[in-house]
Amino acid sequence: MKKIIFAALLTIGCVLSLSAQTKKIQTKAKSAVPAPSIVNGKLVYTKYCMVCHQVDGGGVMGLNPPLSKTEYVLGDQKRLINIILKGFNKEIEIDGDTYANPMPGLGHLSDQQVADVLSFVRNSFGNKASLITPAQVKAVRGDK
Amino acid sequence: MRVKTIILRYFACFLLIGALLSFIYKHTNEITPFKPDTDNAGLKLADGFGANKIADNIGRARHIIVTKDGSIYIKLFRLVNGKGILFLQDNDKDGKYETQLAFGDYAGTGITIKKGYLYASSDKEIFRYKLDDAEKVIDPTKPEKIITGLIAGRQHQTKSIVLDNDDHIYVNIGSPSNSCQEMDRGLESKGKAGCPILDSAGGIWQFKADKLNQTYVDGVKYATGLRNVMGLDWNTQNNTLYVMQHGRDNLSSSWPKLYTDKQSAELPAEVMYMLKKGDNAGWPYTYYDPFLNKKILAPEYGGDGKIEGSKEFIDPIVAFPAHMAPNALLFYTGNMFPERYKNGAFVAFHGSWNRAPEKQAGYFVVFVPFKDGKPTGKWEVFADNFSGQAEIMAPKEAIHRPCGLAQGPDGSLFVTDDVKGAVYRIGYTKK
Repeated sequence: MKKIIFAALLTIGCVLSLSAQTKKIQTKAKSAVPAPSIVNGKLVYTKYCMVCHQVDGGGVMGLNPPLSKTEYVLGDQKRLINIILKGFNKEIEIDGDTYANPMPGLGHLSDQQVADVLSFVRNSFGNKASLITPAQVKAVRGDK
Repeated sequence: MRVKTIILRYFACFLLIGALLSFIYKHTNEITPFKPDTDNAGLKLADGFGANKIADNIGRARHIIVTKDGSIYIKLFRLVNGKGILFLQDNDKDGKYETQLAFGDYAGTGITIKKGYLYASSDKEIFRYKLDDAEKVIDPTKPEKIITGLIAGRQHQTKSIVLDNDDHIYVNIGSPSNSCQEMDRGLESKGKAGCPILDSAGGIWQFKADKLNQTYVDGVKYATGLRNVMGLDWNTQNNTLYVMQHGRDNLSSSWPKLYTDKQSAELPAEVMYMLKKGDNAGWPYTYYDPFLNKKILAPEYGGDGKIEGSKEFIDPIVAFPAHMAPNALLFYTGNMFPERYKNGAFVAFHGSWNRAPEKQAGYFVVFVPFKDGKPTGKWEVFADNFSGQAEIMAPKEAIHRPCGLAQGPDGSLFVTDDVKGAVYRIGYTKK
C-alpha cells in the first residue's frame, strides 16, 4: 500500500514538474520561482530603497531616478555595486530627465545583502539581467 | 430747423456707435466669463464650484500669474522650444486659452506681477520685464536682471518670489540638503555643527525690486531656518509674509532605530509660517510633530523623537499632514467666491513621494479660512482628483499634479499642473 501511495505521489510530482516546465517554457520563466537572493533582495529594497525609488521602481520625477530598464542598473556591474557601497551624488540624466537627490552610500550592508538587493532590482520593474554574487560585491569593496 | 434735426440725428448716431465700440472694446479686454466644463475638468470640488480646463500639454507649468484683463503668464520648469515663459490669452472667448508668445531662455518656477513689471526667476537669477497698460510685456528679449549669483543646489534649487507693497522682493533660497547631515540622507549621519548652509540658503532673502544686478551682499536674510519654501504670499490684510515649508524627509531610512516607516510617513508636518524680519523657523535643528503639537529636536542634532526643540524658534500657524509638498500659497482677495473664502489661504499640494511604502498623500488644493492674518478654522480639501486616481502608491501614477495658483480679475482661481501642463480655472457657479 505504501509503495502504491509513493508511486502515485511520484507520478503526480513528475506530472506537476513537467507541466511546470512546459509552463516555464511557454511564459519564458515568468512563473518560475525566483532565486532566493531575489526574495531576500526584496526585503532589503523595501527597507532601504523603496522610500526614494518607490514601490514600482519608477523613482520620483526630477528627484530620484527610476530603476527600470536603465543602463545604470543593467550595464556595468562594478559601477552598479559601487553606487550601493559609496552612494551617488552626481548629475544624472536618464531619457532626457535629470534627477536631483543625492543617494547616501549603503556600505553598512553585507556583501550578501548588496548582492541580493541588486539581483532583485535587476530582475524587477521590467528588468531581466544576471544575478549579482556576494563574491562580486566583495571584490568591488576590496578595490580601493 | 430741418438742418438742426439732421445734425442732432447724426450726433445721436455717433454717440450710439461710440458707445457700442467702447462696449465691444471693453469686453474684449475683460476676462472671459467663467463657464465650467460639463465634467468640471475631472476635478472634485467644494460644493457650488465648477472647473474649466483652459489649456493642456503646454509644458511643465509651475507658477502662474493672471493680468487685469485675464491673460496669463506661466513659468516652465523645463524649456519648451528653448523658451521658459508662456503668455496665453483667450481672444475668441471660448474659455480655452491659446499660447500667444513664448519668451525667456531660462527654465524656473517663480513668476509674479507688481506695479507695472513682470518678475520671473531662473534657479540662480531674478529678472523683470516692463509691462504696458494692458500688462503685456513690452520687450520680451530685454529683461532687467535684478538679482544674480544665488545658490542653487541640485535639490531645492527653485526660486519662488513675491513682492510686498514697498518695493521689496522676497526670494526663497532652499537648502541643498535634507537635514544638514555630514552625509546627506545617510544612515545615522550627524548634522553639521552650526549648519553652515544657513549662511547662504535655507531661508527667505529680501532684495530691492528695482535695483539691478543685486547679489547676496545687497540682500537681507529676512528669515532663516526654512528647509525649502515653494509657496509664499504677501498678506495685504496685515502686510506680512507667509510661507509654506517643504518638511524634511527620510526619518526612518536615516534613523531606523528611532522611527518606524509609518512614523516616517507621517512626520513631520508640512507647516505654514507667518514670518517677521529676523525670524528663525528652526530647520535643521527641529521639526514639527503634528501629533504631539510640538517642535521636536531633530535626530541629527541629538533628538530621539521626543525631546523638544528650542523655544527660540517660531511656531507654525497651520500644520498639515507630512510630505504633501506645498508648491503654492495664495491669499484670496476676490469677490466671486462666498464671503467665507475672502482673505483665506489656498495651498496647492503637489503630492508626496516620501511616504513609501505607505500610500502617498496630497495631490490636491486645500483652503484654510483666515481673518486678519490668523487662521479661523481647520484646513479643508477644496479641489481634488488632479491625479485621476483613487489612491496613489507612487507619484508616477498621478496624471496631473497641482503646482501653481493665481487669482483672476473676476475672482476665479487658476491652478497649474506640472506633469502634463494642464491649466485649470475654478469658479463659483451656485446662483
